[in-house]
Amino acid sequence: MFIKDLYTIRSTYREDMKVRGYQFGKGEKSACIVGSLRGDEIQQMYICARLVHILKELESNGCISAGRQILVIPEVSAYAINIGTRFFGVYDADLNRSFPGSRYGEPAARLANALMAEMGDYVYGIQFTSFYMKGEFVPHVRMMETGYQNASLANLFGLPYVMVRKPAPIDTKTLNFNWQNEATAAFSVYTNQNEQVDEKSASQAVAAVLRFLTRMGIIRYESHSGYISHVLYESDLSDVNAASGGIFRGMALAGQDVRYGNPIAQIIDPFDGSVKETIKAPTDGIVFFAHTDSLIGENDVAYRLIHRLHE
Amino acid sequence: MIETVAKLELPVGEHIVIRKNRLVPVEGEQAANGRMTLVSGIHGDELEGQYICYEVGRRVREHPEYLRGILDIFPALNPLGIDTAHRTVPKINMDMNRMFPGDPAGGMMDRVVAAVVSDIIGSDICLDIHASDSFVREIPQVRLSQDFAEKLLPFAMLTNVDMIWKNATATVHESTLAHSLNVLNVPALVVEMGQGQSVNRQYGDQVVDGIFNVMSHMGLWTGPVNETQIPAVSDDGEVEFIRSEETGIFLPLMAHNHYVRRSDVIGEIVDPYSGTIKSRVCAPVGGLLFTLRVYPVVYEGDLLARILGQP
Repeated sequence: MFIKDLYTIRSTYREDMKVRGYQFGKGEKSACIVGSLRGDEIQQMYICARLVHILKELESNGCISAGRQILVIPEVSAYAINIGTRFFGVYDADLNRSFPGSRYGEPAARLANALMAEMGDYVYGIQFTSFYMKGEFVPHVRMMETGYQNASLANLFGLPYVMVRKPAPIDTKTLNFNWQNEATAAFSVYTNQNEQVDEKSASQAVAAVLRFLTRMGIIRYESHSGYISHVLYESDLSDVNAASGGIFRGMALAGQDVRYGNPIAQIIDPFDGSVKETIKAPTDGIVFFAHTDSLIGENDVAYRLIHRLHE
Repeated sequence: MIETVAKLELPVGEHIVIRKNRLVPVEGEQAANGRMTLVSGIHGDELEGQYICYEVGRRVREHPEYLRGILDIFPALNPLGIDTAHRTVPKINMDMNRMFPGDPAGGMMDRVVAAVVSDIIGSDICLDIHASDSFVREIPQVRLSQDFAEKLLPFAMLTNVDMIWKNATATVHESTLAHSLNVLNVPALVVEMGQGQSVNRQYGDQVVDGIFNVMSHMGLWTGPVNETQIPAVSDDGEVEFIRSEETGIFLPLMAHNHYVRRSDVIGEIVDPYSGTIKSRVCAPVGGLLFTLRVYPVVYEGDLLARILGQP
């Protein structure tokens, strides 16, 4: 293993923030794996740290394929992580909306640009990321529909679902989108937690990445075959919105099979405890995303269901 | 008359309410020659527009007989942000000016922005008033996307700002209110001025004079109009960005909105620990110092100043 200093941000009042990459093997830049781009992506950092631990062991056992190189970057936002903020610096910059960046730009743009220069040449790019709303996803691999995406490759992670999203203007500054523009096959992996470490889904994510690297011939590793992934388009999902605001009492979990008309959540009046609203499943399906915050506003998304799909 | 454009229930005993003041000719809406919309407060830390909304409303109330069109004034598109000095939408921490045009069937904020766009459609012109941010001070200026510059320039020339900047940066990005409206055939100008978290009454009066000038030329106002100036027009190539190459404390040595000569010292970056000057920041070109940093703490890459170069 070789530790590379990828970028340094200097502060007058704090120790330097060094972004480090952990390199395994030598040769073709085969796979780059990125964890926390935001200060609250603790689960994402943890998954990468566990990958570093395992890859170190695999390398010492000679299990990194000859001529293949892997780079793992567990986090790029220690300044935000250490003060408990999601975004970076006094401008609250979202690093996952700062790509491809610019070497002459703002601090976040310079950091993104330096990372892109390092990561842009890899054949495969894997990012663990998060959603702006608090909630749980079923573990899945997400790809942008840029014309370069390859859902068949995403199947090789062996996670239950592969989601293809048509990019909106706001997506064009994400790492995933820009990786694909640089001809890297890019995958965003979502687990069901961000700020808290969840061992079960972290293990699932670590296994998925090792499975993918094995199937691509980058490492030698014996692993379970995983799922034959179900490929979804975001437009296939049915959003279930709350009709009123209040305390959210969820009754269905991510991954759960729900039936048309069955109650899946209640909105509780925050003053008298009465049930303001019972949310019923508008279709048969599987819960792809579940709101988990204790509070919910009118029309906020309570669930996203995979329409007419059963376990 | 104060009208509610969007109202959605927050979790506990409150709604998010987007309100506008609709001013109409004494003879009634049916006698109107057209409609102008003023919008402000998309970013909760930008308050210059609050004075402009007040002052425009005050002048119309003083002489309602001169109003010949409909004037819609939205002081606060992000009321939760303004109320709490948050630039973004509180809780979800999203930049509201990256959420347009919204989705009438989406989540809470998607619906809010969609309702705002829907309400503004039909206007003959819209001015979106911004106030830089808390870090730099700006002279009154209109920013135009190159895509719509030809159509918008005649309106912008009437606004009494110091400068019109045709550029392609984030201010006029695809997911902004102005871009969305321009795509929907509502001419929309972005006005930038002053600095965040403050009100510069002089700048405000200057822009208010420009707003009445625009209304006068469009036949929406028949009252007297104060004398206005013709702004300088520039594109990206004529604007020089000066960024910090050090971390430290920036101490300006030039006043904002002044002409500088090439090599003039604009400011110094100092180290408060060692008591040393780390670097002197010099003007790379002569011209108008139209942007100047006011927030002293700087990182490498932070914007210190912009100069509109003289031909």
